[in-house]
Amino acid sequence: MDYSGGRVLLSSQREGQSTHYSPRVLILVPLAAILFQVYVPQFFEFLHFLELPMLVVVYFALMRRSQLGGLFLGALVGIAQDSLTIKPLGMYGIVKTLVGYFAASVSVRFDVEHSIIRGMLCFFFYLFHQCLYWVMERALLGHQPPFEMQSWLVQGGLNAVVGLALFHFLDKLRSSV
Amino acid sequence: MESFLNRYRNITVLLLVIFGQLLLLAVQVKSDRNVPVIRVWTVTAITPFARVLEAVRGGGTGFFRNYILLHNADAENRRLRDQVDRLKMDNIFLRDQLNTADRARALALFQQHTQSKTLAAIVIASGAGVNSKVVFVDRGSVSGVERGMAVVTPDGIVGKVVAVYPTASQVLLMTDADFAAGVISQKGGVRGTFKGQGSPMGNVDYISNSEKVEAGEWFYTSGDDRIFPRGFPVGMVKSVHPGSPFQEILVEPSGIEHGLDEVLIVVEGVHREIPPVENANQPVYIAPPPPDAAAVREAAAAAAGSAPTEADKLRSVYKAAGEAQGHRYGEGYKPPDLVKLPAPGSAPAANAAAASPSPAAPGAAPATAPATPPAAKTVPNERLANQAAGAQSGTSGH
Repeated sequence: MDYSGGRVLLSSQREGQSTHYSPRVLILVPLAAILFQVYVPQFFEFLHFLELPMLVVVYFALMRRSQLGGLFLGALVGIAQDSLTIKPLGMYGIVKTLVGYFAASVSVRFDVEHSIIRGMLCFFFYLFHQCLYWVMERALLGHQPPFEMQSWLVQGGLNAVVGLALFHFLDKLRSSV
Repeated sequence: MESFLNRYRNITVLLLVIFGQLLLLAVQVKSDRNVPVIRVWTVTAITPFARVLEAVRGGGTGFFRNYILLHNADAENRRLRDQVDRLKMDNIFLRDQLNTADRARALALFQQHTQSKTLAAIVIASGAGVNSKVVFVDRGSVSGVERGMAVVTPDGIVGKVVAVYPTASQVLLMTDADFAAGVISQKGGVRGTFKGQGSPMGNVDYISNSEKVEAGEWFYTSGDDRIFPRGFPVGMVKSVHPGSPFQEILVEPSGIEHGLDEVLIVVEGVHREIPPVENANQPVYIAPPPPDAAAVREAAAAAAGSAPTEADKLRSVYKAAGEAQGHRYGEGYKPPDLVKLPAPGSAPAANAAAASPSPAAPGAAPATAPATPPAAKTVPNERLANQAAGAQSGTSGH
């Protein structure tokens, strides 16, 4: 696969090969993402917009091309993230489960090593993540959170930029099979 | 059936996982109970990393500031900051409020001087959500922290403990939309409920439009919520607008204004008084100095000599007759012989003659004769003297 090739769609599913990572990477990277989420914004408040756990879930789901792997990783990361909030367990869990599943699903259709595709997927999944969380908060918890589509669009763009850099870094952690 | 499950295996697992989490959610929402095990696992797994990160950050920052950045300038800066802090402390203790930049010193001093029993804690992490307004502190159930305890700084309240783990506690900040606390205004004593809005500002709700609240006024905890002891600063009113049905009062929280590094968990709260309103900018009236006794006597003599009433003259006549016969009015049953009264004009003179062998002028009698002048004369004279002194000072003041 060409890293910066012109094609964005795969002609067949055979073209999409799953990428392998060591178990250490699969554990430590999501843990580091959650740690970043709880630690860094208290010193740099402007970094609150970053959803690193979601970006990590999207990355591994895209690269491993496994729907089951994606949904389980999303569920674990989401529930861990829920544990560190005051909201009931399962809110982020459900959202990230779906993000992981759908990211793995689209990975069989797209060339997920293409930078534009990666950026667009990060942007789309951030919006999906925020909208779904908003819907669930209203429907399941009965809260009235503000619908901030404009800021979500901006934050989605910023997450996409950060996601590109993050994916580039994580590419270096791939195991050579 | 088997082929069906194989074909739709992924979607089936997805639905099962989603259903499982929905069930988990439903249990929590329905019974309003938490699932502590999962949270304990996660927090216990995360906090050691957070502690290490915090230690590395603190050490790295200190090294960078002390040795990489201008060493002397930093030391000088700290010395000056300490000095400013000490001055602030003096001011703070006089007004029973702490507001300082040196959080560690302020915290320690505040802890010593506040009546409430508190526990110092360090913020080690924030909440994981994008809009989360919670933080984790490094004190947990092992240190005696319990759910529902108030968290404060010298500048004001910070939040309340919403979850307690063995080595850490989760604190809901006052800016979170779920936060609420009973408050009372400093000037009018108007009671309301402070609510977070998910933004740096909060609002005070449930204050009717007829109540008077002004911008710049302070709100303090009222103690009604049984979480925060009465008398802790909450914030300053930024704007007040009439609303329906209650006023829209925006308050800038003071407790988290300077960031959060160290906080105090109120283990045993003690209510205290709301501090009085400061009037530092208002002009202060300073009364004129009291006139000396001689001036008072002169003024009294002048006033008595110039305009005694007929009743005063008659009273002095009766008094002189009583004193000449050794009678004290109000005592004994035998009245004085009032048949032979001296003439009204000569009574003071006669009285003065009894006190002094030398003849005295009529006008000087009241000033010299009575060592303790009659109250009926003294009081109006003193009033006159005071009025005269007041008029004099008022004139000089202008």
